[in-house]
Amino acid sequence: MTAINSKIPEGSLAEKWTKHKAKIKVVSPANKRKLDIIVVGTGLAGASAAASLAEMGYNVSAFCYQDSARRAHSIAAQGGINASKNYQNDNDSVHRLFYDTVKGGDYRAREANVHRLAEVSGSIIDQCVAQGVPFAREYGGNLSNRSFGGVLVSRTFYARGQTGQQLLIGAYSALNRQIGKGAIKMYERHEMLDIVKIDGKARGIIARDMVTGEVKKYGAHAVVIASGGYGNAFFLSTNAMGCNGGAAWQAYKKGAFMSNPCYVQIHPTCIPVHGDQQSKLTLMSESLRNDGRIWVPKKKEDAEKLQKGEIGPNDIAEEDRDFYLERRYPSYGNLVPRDVASRAAKERCDAGFGVNNTGLAVYLDFKYSIERLGKDVIEARYGNLFQMYEKIADSDPYTGPMQIYPAIHYTMGGTWVDYNLMTSVPGLYAIGEANFSDHGANRLGASALMQGLADGYFVLPYTIGDYLADEIQIPKIDVNSPEFEKSISAVQARLDKMMSIKGTKPVDYFHKKLGLVMWDYVGMSRNEAGLKKAIALIADIKKEFWSDVRIPGDQGEVNQELEKAGRVADFIELADVMTRDALNRNESCGGHFREESVTPDGEALRNDEIGAYVSQWEFQGEDKEPIMHKEDLKFEVVELTQRSYK
Amino acid sequence: MSEKILNNLKIKVWRQKNAQTKGQFETYPIDNISTDTSFLEMLDILNYQLVEEGKDPIVFDHDCREGICGTCSLFINGRAHGPDDDITTCQLHMRKFKNDETITIEPWRAKSFPVIKDLMVDRTAFEKILQSGGFVSVNTGGVPDGNAIPIGYDDAEAAMDAASCIGCGACVATCKNSSAMLFVSAKVSHLARLPQGQVEAARRAKSMVAKMDELGFGNCSNTGACEVECPKGISITNIATLNREYLKAKIAD
Ligand SMILES: Cc1cc2nc3c(=O)[nH]c(=O)nc-3n(C[C@H](O)[C@H](O)[C@H](O)COP(=O)(O)OP(=O)(O)OC[C@H]3O[C@@H](n4cnc5c(N)ncnc54)[C@H](O)[C@@H]3O)c2cc1C
Ligand code: SF4
Ligand code: FES
Repeated sequence: MTAINSKIPEGSLAEKWTKHKAKIKVVSPANKRKLDIIVVGTGLAGASAAASLAEMGYNVSAFCYQDSARRAHSIAAQGGINASKNYQNDNDSVHRLFYDTVKGGDYRAREANVHRLAEVSGSIIDQCVAQGVPFAREYGGNLSNRSFGGVLVSRTFYARGQTGQQLLIGAYSALNRQIGKGAIKMYERHEMLDIVKIDGKARGIIARDMVTGEVKKYGAHAVVIASGGYGNAFFLSTNAMGCNGGAAWQAYKKGAFMSNPCYVQIHPTCIPVHGDQQSKLTLMSESLRNDGRIWVPKKKEDAEKLQKGEIGPNDIAEEDRDFYLERRYPSYGNLVPRDVASRAAKERCDAGFGVNNTGLAVYLDFKYSIERLGKDVIEARYGNLFQMYEKIADSDPYTGPMQIYPAIHYTMGGTWVDYNLMTSVPGLYAIGEANFSDHGANRLGASALMQGLADGYFVLPYTIGDYLADEIQIPKIDVNSPEFEKSISAVQARLDKMMSIKGTKPVDYFHKKLGLVMWDYVGMSRNEAGLKKAIALIADIKKEFWSDVRIPGDQGEVNQELEKAGRVADFIELADVMTRDALNRNESCGGHFREESVTPDGEALRNDEIGAYVSQWEFQGEDKEPIMHKEDLKFEVVELTQRSYK
Repeated sequence: MSEKILNNLKIKVWRQKNAQTKGQFETYPIDNISTDTSFLEMLDILNYQLVEEGKDPIVFDHDCREGICGTCSLFINGRAHGPDDDITTCQLHMRKFKNDETITIEPWRAKSFPVIKDLMVDRTAFEKILQSGGFVSVNTGGVPDGNAIPIGYDDAEAAMDAASCIGCGACVATCKNSSAMLFVSAKVSHLARLPQGQVEAARRAKSMVAKMDELGFGNCSNTGACEVECPKGISITNIATLNREYLKAKIAD
């Protein structure tokens, strides 16, 4: 295979989506009833898609690994969701949201996709309000907004610090309504372990019932992957424990290209690592940067005393505090995009100015906004986040600053999709964080929720019809076909193999080891030698895993070690492709920082001559090097400039 | 953060192979646990040891580990979500425990939440209740502008308070009657407080209550225990709202 067509419609940017919708095929109501669709994942993207597709009349089966769709990781999103409503009359518009997203993504996203996202953003808010999402309101009854990093307008809608929860409950209630009506068959505690292709088209999946251990076949006319991101390749991240790259990885092995896997977002405001017993990192929402000021001491000796615990933050005089973001980036200050804020924190800590015992933390201080606005206002805005911080860190952010440090948070890369959100496998779609499509090399805050719901409510339900209109003659998929048999045997063989190793080390041992390699060499700062070393180390971990992992218990019951083992085996392989992608991209852009590509004052240096492409990794077989194709990015509207937040 | 190391802890855990077999307590010793470690991280460490010793690790439900997904569900030393207020199990830290302490861990115990294995229970009954009416009946598309219907600040805040329920089931596990009234009332109040949800508020209350009864949850006898253990501070005043909506539906019948 070679690079494949992204199917971006002709015409001016602002007209592409409208014209495309007018042109694509529509399936009649009578035929929709005969078509089966599988949706893997019921987070914001999957739940909104499954509900919308079922409302339209398709037969939908949906899968998630949790015991309820309401528990998908989307639930944890705190800060908000963007939309270009211009309710604040601050001159926001579809074009401005589009422009900010392309710029924020460091010019590594497709213009056409991003413009469509901005176009449908307003409808998402309307839809959520209609479902009963209790967004924050002003006293007059109108919707309230806040600002997020990387933009100059106020376009973020929110429900306290629990926006993802409330949006997911909205989508989940729409999903429940269809389950209640019998239009969706919901499979909770089921993990997809393979995609089945017949004559080159996606025709179903293999999934394991995580309660009984039974491995089963499910057929459909189209399959939608909505399985979220792969940030847990790093072991420690802000993702939920079960988040995995498995579904997307199985799709890759069945021929779906993987794009830009090296684009990983490191979130600047997370609670620092406390020790080696830690299992995950907790995000403190970016919205806190609206009212919190980030600083470290100006004097090395103050930092050293802080690190030894000899003094506290309140002992440091005002003039001895270095508000380094405000100093370096006066026009955006504390609201610079995430990648910029993360690297600036690392720079200060590497230089010895970190403020905790590990030297890997900076302050996020609310003293100034409490003085300005009062404690009540701050409590109303961030009460639950402050409570969360206090429970974890055992210190009160109302009286002293929070300690924060960057952590792995979101993956911009993912399964390659064309403009219709179809992968390189016909009939296989990818939506939400699982695809690569809209955020380029860096995602702006509050844009993931927007993208997940845009894909699920307003894009996929239209574009999937264009494919399914040609499938109406295909009868119900026969799961007894040789293709299904082959696939289920392969899945079974892999499970058997893992169980039979009976080595000496628990799965977590391998996951932690992989995570450290990724953080050290494929983390916030990358270079050629380190990346090459990482490829070798990952290969060693793979060998060790497949000869020494120990999984107790049986397959035919709940077996959480077996579940983890499958996911870690996938992460190890995915990590290899992430590293190769980072090695190939010899420029700095967005979340990808190559030490070889910097300006004289140390800022990231993008190189559009070599970097204006989307990578498409193609699987070549077990233990073979994958091949990379390139989709060239063309910019018709936006002028490419070096991002500056100074 | 003043970190200390805990030693000589004894973890007394409910072990049960599956719903068909009877369970029993097993006790495992564990040492060298930092007070900054979370309770579930302590169980991770214990499980790591068990695997190394060739034993079956303890099965428990968890995912987000930041108090929002509602998956974690442990009954610790006789309290749902353990000895701290307003938190989920995953937000509990070992600083709440002492050296040499015996810590007893059980699953949620309620007829409608059968044990799947060890500490993992089946909460599908909650799903069924919500599927019977916990929604506003709108399809995607064709809805008015988000600002078309103003919603007062207080209504939005009150709806948000009720909508904070994470569906963990601590209320059921705590209630001596295993009633799901707090959970059901949170959903009914969340939607009844908003103009979008008011339209079918009474009908919703009726069908959700009918489903709850059908699934074998007990009656509410107003002990208020649920409210005390709810990690999200869902108030029992919601139960009054539910009763009001339910009555409206009954009168209309
Ligand atoms: C702590 C945190 C805070 C965030 N805050 C914000 C914010 O304020 N604003 C914003 O815009 N974005 C935010 N994000 C990002 C955003 O929440 C996510 O990118 C987004 O919710 C992803 O949605 P999704 O539907 O694609 O995936 P998810 O919500 O992760 O859902 C994945 C689904 O796939 C299922 N699944 C996965 N693998 C399998 C398998 N093999 N078989 C079956 N099912 C499977 C899961 O069960 C789940 O249902 C935040 C992220 C984190 C981690
Ligand atoms: S009401 Fe409280 S205790 Fe009951 S399910 Fe909801 S959050 Fe949990
Ligand atoms: S694991 Fe999500 S609330 Fe505890």
